[in-house]
Amino acid sequence: MIRIENLSKSFTLHNQGGAVIPVMADAALEVAPGECVGLVGQSGAGKSTLMRMVYGNYLAAGGSIRVGALDVARAAPREIIALRRDTLGYVSQFLRVVPRVSTLDVVAEPLLALGRPAGAARARAAGLLSRLNIPERLWQLSPTTFSGGEQQRVNIARGFAHDYPALLLDEPTASLDATNREVVLSLIEEARARGAAILGIFHDEAARARVCDRLVDVTGFTPRAAA
Amino acid sequence: MTDQAYNFAYLDEQTKRMIRRALLKAIAVPGYQVPFASREMPMPYGWGTGGVQVTAACLTPEDRLKVIDQGADDTTNAVSIRKFFQRTAGVATTEHTPDATVIQTRHRIPETALKAGQILVYQVPIPEPLRFLEPRESETRKMHELEDYGLMHVKLYEDIARHGTIATAYAYPVKVEGRYVMDPSPIPKFDNPKLSGNAAIQLFGAGREQRIYALPPWTEAVSLDFDDHPFQPSKAPHDCDLCGAADSYLDELITDDLGGRMFVCSDTDFCAGRRAAGHIGRLGAAEPEVVP
Amino acid sequence: MTAMDRIAAVTRPLLQVDGLTKRYGARIGCADVTFDLWPGEVLGIVGESGSGKSTLLSCLAGHQRADLGRILYDGRDVLAMGETERRGLGRTDWAFVHQNPRDGLRMGVTAGGNVGERLMAVGARHYGQIRDKATDWLDRVEIAADRIDDRPSAFSGGMQQRLQIARNLVSSPRLVFMDEPTGGLDVSVQARLLDLLRGLVRDLGLSVVIVTHDLAVVRLLAHRLMVMKSGRVVEQGLTDQVLDDPQHAYTQLLVSSVLQV
Repeated sequence: MIRIENLSKSFTLHNQGGAVIPVMADAALEVAPGECVGLVGQSGAGKSTLMRMVYGNYLAAGGSIRVGALDVARAAPREIIALRRDTLGYVSQFLRVVPRVSTLDVVAEPLLALGRPAGAARARAAGLLSRLNIPERLWQLSPTTFSGGEQQRVNIARGFAHDYPALLLDEPTASLDATNREVVLSLIEEARARGAAILGIFHDEAARARVCDRLVDVTGFTPRAAA
Repeated sequence: MTDQAYNFAYLDEQTKRMIRRALLKAIAVPGYQVPFASREMPMPYGWGTGGVQVTAACLTPEDRLKVIDQGADDTTNAVSIRKFFQRTAGVATTEHTPDATVIQTRHRIPETALKAGQILVYQVPIPEPLRFLEPRESETRKMHELEDYGLMHVKLYEDIARHGTIATAYAYPVKVEGRYVMDPSPIPKFDNPKLSGNAAIQLFGAGREQRIYALPPWTEAVSLDFDDHPFQPSKAPHDCDLCGAADSYLDELITDDLGGRMFVCSDTDFCAGRRAAGHIGRLGAAEPEVVP
Repeated sequence: MTAMDRIAAVTRPLLQVDGLTKRYGARIGCADVTFDLWPGEVLGIVGESGSGKSTLLSCLAGHQRADLGRILYDGRDVLAMGETERRGLGRTDWAFVHQNPRDGLRMGVTAGGNVGERLMAVGARHYGQIRDKATDWLDRVEIAADRIDDRPSAFSGGMQQRLQIARNLVSSPRLVFMDEPTGGLDVSVQARLLDLLRGLVRDLGLSVVIVTHDLAVVRLLAHRLMVMKSGRVVEQGLTDQVLDDPQHAYTQLLVSSVLQV
């Protein structure tokens, strides 16, 4: 479902003397449907950068990133927009939403974007929020006022609202208590069971051991110092 | 007797030709406002300078002229203009609608149906029906060009929203032959139906605004309205107190300081004609000397 | 057919712009601008004052005439159109939301009349139906129905802006041009407006070209982003990609100059 080949990335800092910083070279990995692959490596090794490139958030310098039939490294913006809407979900570490919108609508939005009826979308959102122990009295409020842990759970609910065939998870269990961590791990297991291809970053080693089928160490993708 | 100090009908021949060219163009494109080089006239703007120039351009020595102001032949404005043309053109005058060949009017259409060969000349203060909604002349011209008339209905919409009904009672806009929206000058909307399919030539002159427009005989002029608020020509719900007419446009007169009032035909010639034919209204016999 | 189905059925861009150039004498307004806009897409144009983004918008919307280039709307050549046809588009398929609601509203006409104008312009002649539709649209932009006979001068800035949006969207346009629609509004009012716009874009399948200098606004509203400098497009791409991984020196400067986007 996800297939990365020869992927490279560098940042050019035009405002700092045009410094070119290569951050990745020859990256390659595959995630099959129903498989969960964990990215490991030291902080700064490029785990998040790789995830962002798969999501189209960072531009690739070279190589290919196939998600389903689409090569994200070469795709037009419009194709990536469609990919994100239909196929590829992403749970980042940060919740970024329009301030005034209710939590229920924030979670339902990916379904509304797919043209699902509002009633069904909100019902699904409500189910996820209950499961993630967000008290119902908060559902009509904007999550921008929530605590970090609550925001993270809203973010996860939003990421799991639609059954994406491929999912990117960036530290989904960070800052969660034991109960909610358990809920999130079950959500991941269920997604894997229904055939989703999952690529994730888990600092939580126990969680990693429980949900990941394989690990890929991104240290191997670090460009040699000579570059 | 013509005052020899003036050319026939006051204006010089070249000016009259210029106005006639504008008139021909206006008749060729019904409802379209034709710019013309309006002259200074020996009367103030607002007193009918546009109408007077059009009348001057139309008059021939054989014409018989009638001038009315709000339907009356005997008010200051009507008398002044009639005398102006008596003196400068030496034409015959009349107060009798059927006898006139040219009728200059301010704010009314005579009750007596006009006939082929007659010319009705309107005095127009503001020729542009879109003016109060769109102040830019460049834009209103463009709107006419492109038949972009949604704004006209916005005005009527606002009327209904504020008053529950289309409150516009005079200068009620019409669409001419399905093309140009036209301001019929401040005639009461009671007169609007007479604009359409009229046998006479109707000419409109705006002196200060330098515009001439026209309705050739038998031109269709449809009053704008909404399906659920159709156009309704309205008048005071009375009969004329002098001649008893139930179908003519009425003026309300205060007759004393005790609340006494009477309704009389605004068209004095029409009213006098009916009384001469023996029609008598509520107060017509009791006070025959009262003339509005 | 839902908005989504309509969008899915489309096989060509709604708006195709190719080599659009506008000069003011020797000075460049905008130069060689090329992009496609697909149904349901929101394109943000950012840049500092004088970057040409407003010139570009007014050329696209037909308020100014471009010197060179081509604009195809739904396959029709906009620059070759007569003014009647172009104005016809302007009051049916297209809409333009001005930064200052006073430029886009008739301040002397009631809220209902403002919303109803586009309907009447295309021939609506039933007062009751026009009023019902205006009421429905006031509700959609969260203006109470009992304000329908008030003039916009009695409204707050945020309400005026929402009224302008209702007035523009009542004729179900497919393409909306917006010039700094949230500029000049309080932050809380901005958020409400952004939410409203997002919902309308999604539910109606609108295509939008939005000009702004507010990167936070485009982040939340625009699918794609075009960065302009000195009349030229220096970078374009997915909004979050351009903001998070800017490639051009100017974009990097622009993004790093903002406290937090």
